[in-house]
Amino acid sequence: MEQLAPLIAATLAAGTPLLLAAMGLLINERAGVLNLGAEGIMLMAAVAGFAGGYHSGSMLAGLAMAALVGAITALVFGVLAVGLATNQYATGLAVALGGAGLSAFFGLPYVGKSVPFNTTFEVPWLADLPFVGVAFFKLHPLVYFALLLTAATAWFLARTHAGLVLRAVGESPESAYAIGFPVRTIRLAAVAWGGACCGLAGAYLSLVYTPLWVEGMVAGRGWIALALTTFATWRPWRIVLGAYLFGSVTMVQFALQSEGVDIASQLLAMLPYLATIVVLALISRNPAFIRINMPASLGKTFHP
Amino acid sequence: MPRLEPRAEASQAMRFAAPLVALLVTAGITACLMFGFGRDPVDGMRVFFVVPLESARGLAEIGLKMTPLLLCALGLALCYRANIWNIGAEGQLLAGSIAATGMALSIGPGNSHVAGLLVVIAGAAGGALWAGLTALLRDRWNANEILVSLMLTYVAQLMVLYLVNGPWRDPAGMNFPVTRMFDAAASVGAIVPPYRLNWGFVVALVAAAFGWVFLFRSRIGYRLQVSGNAPLAARFAGFSEREGIWVSLLICGTLAGLAGAFEVAGPLGQLTAQVSTGYGFAAIIVAWLGRLTPLGCVLASFVMSLIVIGGELSQSRLGLPGAITMVLQGVLLLALLSADTFVNYRIRWR
Repeated sequence: MEQLAPLIAATLAAGTPLLLAAMGLLINERAGVLNLGAEGIMLMAAVAGFAGGYHSGSMLAGLAMAALVGAITALVFGVLAVGLATNQYATGLAVALGGAGLSAFFGLPYVGKSVPFNTTFEVPWLADLPFVGVAFFKLHPLVYFALLLTAATAWFLARTHAGLVLRAVGESPESAYAIGFPVRTIRLAAVAWGGACCGLAGAYLSLVYTPLWVEGMVAGRGWIALALTTFATWRPWRIVLGAYLFGSVTMVQFALQSEGVDIASQLLAMLPYLATIVVLALISRNPAFIRINMPASLGKTFHP
Repeated sequence: MPRLEPRAEASQAMRFAAPLVALLVTAGITACLMFGFGRDPVDGMRVFFVVPLESARGLAEIGLKMTPLLLCALGLALCYRANIWNIGAEGQLLAGSIAATGMALSIGPGNSHVAGLLVVIAGAAGGALWAGLTALLRDRWNANEILVSLMLTYVAQLMVLYLVNGPWRDPAGMNFPVTRMFDAAASVGAIVPPYRLNWGFVVALVAAAFGWVFLFRSRIGYRLQVSGNAPLAARFAGFSEREGIWVSLLICGTLAGLAGAFEVAGPLGQLTAQVSTGYGFAAIIVAWLGRLTPLGCVLASFVMSLIVIGGELSQSRLGLPGAITMVLQGVLLLALLSADTFVNYRIRWR
């Protein structure tokens, strides 16, 4: 029982970057934009966040920097895919490739460096509780922020006028445009927001989780976050479930390794990727179910 | 404010001008990057676009790099025409190189001359199997092929790492993560020794010719393209969606697997952790740059090969980071996609 508490904490910590990124991508996708560049955006933001934290000595400055760079990188995608009506798939891929390259380029001076501040946190008083303290209250504030973000996203989408407009743009951009909503502006804003969230996720990896800059350190989490939106059938709270599920897969990987189970580390590292495939296959196997839940204009370009 | 206005008809001139515009933009950005890093841009441009073409050895190296790029790009062009978003050619290439290595290591030394052929066939089969997994998941369980093919790429990369660090590691390899060198019989021969360019290059060019026939002169190629361009029309005509998934993915996997086999059985001569330097991803750009046509892919793979070699040279000669290759690839694709907008739209100022 006592050993379980750190495992729960590890699951939450590993699931958080996925949750942050997927929550941003959810807003993108509910507006009808599929941004396959998430991986590149997260990498750009991871290096920007690390650089910001390294030079300013403040984690908050690093996070702000990462969100800003994430939004800007996403807007490169947005200007092309929304403004110039380019193919969303191909544009996203270009951002994923370019972001990976550019982040390695900018990251060179930071390889092997560490940030000049403490990256561990605990909630005062609550962290001293037995079991619960270790499991839930010795985590970085971003872990709790990700849950707040989920609640805010759920509220925004379901309960606000702006959320309704966003969903209308994702379901039928033509109708939304005919009513008089600025479809492309709304989509651009959604893309920028998604980029900022992916940015926070990237910075969480380089400033909190690892906390180091390593080339290609996002290691497919951007793609897994994209898979999570499908897994969650585009509902905010189901993303939480999915993200922590994947967090637990990562945790199992480390737990098995530390138990000294005789499986090569490379084979264990395959687990999250294999889990993504299995989960995708399970959730998608009924095409009608996916079609009903998917934003109707997802991935389709719109030009008035 | 400028605004985009749809053209009455797609501009054929722009369709072919777009890649050139994109290349010019990319070259310009390269020059800026070099300048930013305190290098002479003229000298830098020379390293990228002149030095590799100056010697016979340089030309042979370009052909060597063209081989995997072209093979993967041909398969990807077919997939994209069929509206199958396979982005896992990298994984399929790696699976091919694993299968080819397995075959090469299990053939005894001094075996007959069919050994090389067996290695290549094993590579093709390995790539096809890997792509077949994506096809199966998409066909049977409707799983998104973009995500599945990419996840399988990560799995293949880890599998290579596992094999070269574990069961297949060369005991005499000084602890480096490599397998033992293939026997000469299990290798693909060079066309003109001592240059490293091997027969894989010829296979790639032949594949491009076959690709043209398949896409533009065969019924099945026609069906695939209709399914891709107009899924509703294809359904109405009774074309099978499943056929499109399986045929395009299996062909792409086979070609990418061949590329993997030619790498391990050619210039490398063994399986290493760095068997591919992202050929499968670069091939996505090659396919777009080549307008998803086989002949276009040949030209585009030549250009991409220059960028890859230029990137390596700028590392050794100018001391620029190796990631410059990936930056340029991303910029090239972004520039190309933006330029493509003007095939169907024009700008109106008002």
